[in-house]
Amino acid sequence: MRVVLKIKRFNPERDREPYWAEYEVDVEPVDRVLDALEYVKWHLDGTLAFRRSCAHGICGSDAMLINGRNRLACKVLVKELGARITVEPLRGFPVIKDLVVDMEGFFAKYRAIKPYLINDEPPPETERRQSPEERARFDDTTKCILCAACTTSCPSFWANGEYIGPAAIVNAHRFIFDSRDRGAAERLAVLNARLGVWRCRTIFNCVEACPRGIDVTRAIAEVKRALLFSSL
Amino acid sequence: MYRGREGMWSWILHRVTGLGILLFLAIHIVDIYLLGWPDVFNKLLFLYRHPVFRVAEVFLVAAVLYHALNGLRILLVDFWVEGTRLHRQIFWVQVGIFLLIWIPTAFLMLSPVVFGR
Ligand code: HEM
Ligand code: FES
Repeated sequence: MRVVLKIKRFNPERDREPYWAEYEVDVEPVDRVLDALEYVKWHLDGTLAFRRSCAHGICGSDAMLINGRNRLACKVLVKELGARITVEPLRGFPVIKDLVVDMEGFFAKYRAIKPYLINDEPPPETERRQSPEERARFDDTTKCILCAACTTSCPSFWANGEYIGPAAIVNAHRFIFDSRDRGAAERLAVLNARLGVWRCRTIFNCVEACPRGIDVTRAIAEVKRALLFSSL
Repeated sequence: MYRGREGMWSWILHRVTGLGILLFLAIHIVDIYLLGWPDVFNKLLFLYRHPVFRVAEVFLVAAVLYHALNGLRILLVDFWVEGTRLHRQIFWVQVGIFLLIWIPTAFLMLSPVVFGR
């Protein structure tokens, strides 16, 4: 199958502005966009830059804007997209080169919500026990791979890059609703700030974009309700 | 253009209609203020009878109706546990209710313009 791959390229050391480059590649319909990108890099133009690590949808390295939607290049098949595929870097992050973006601000927000268990009570004799129901309470938000597809699909984030963004809220949710954790108040204080959870306008682009199928807007709604009713 | 779905378009429409209503309200406050000068007010009344304004009014009704219905959908998404899972279905139900109210209303509002009574 012959596919035209249109890639938004930018090398800040050489180009004044990003430009579109087109490559014709021969791929199988069941190949992934990542395979097509690798074909370009290995056979057509070695200067093309993009991130990937696991190539199996688990490390979160290769989220990009593919045919107008955020997806993992390693998870979307060529046959789902047709013979013309456009690939752009994630929106709202500074571009380092081609499809490689600067995610430092993204991870700073992740760190701001304290993504680790907080509990100063003396450790029990055995493990900190949790019932299956208590575990299920935050199961959905444990699935996040920090690929940033959600945050960079969000118009609120495009409008204001200081917005904490869906990914950070999802990871806060994972601990706020964990029965073993005692740090909910600290995290809720961060999320209740002006650039916190209230910037969410329930646009649902994040839910469509999430390669892990997390109901992001639901997690955000639960955090909003926890703030409104302080009901954990 | 990011290819968002129902959630994104409903939000864009909500903002457009919200700002549209706000604009109308601002104009409306100015024209009611003109009641202080009955002569001026009466001279401007022809504007309200003009067919262009009558048609525009139908779209004002559309904006208020959409904004109100979509506001209720947002309430469901925010406060009903199933709201985030069903938001797309709720949106299409909302479109149905919108058309059910808007089309007869538009007919009633425009028939004096079209049929002269
Ligand atoms: C008639 C005067 C009204 C005006 C001028 C108005 C205007 C606006 C504006 C400008 C927004 C901001 C939209 C955004 O940030 O995306 C907004 C949001 C909102 N409006 Fe209205 N509105 C009016 C009536 C209503 C009514 C009747 C309802 C509900 C029955 C309603 C429900 C809402 C809700 C729930 C939001 C929040 C939307 C969001 O979170 O994105 N509004 N309105
Ligand atoms: S390369 Fe690891 S998620 Fe795609």
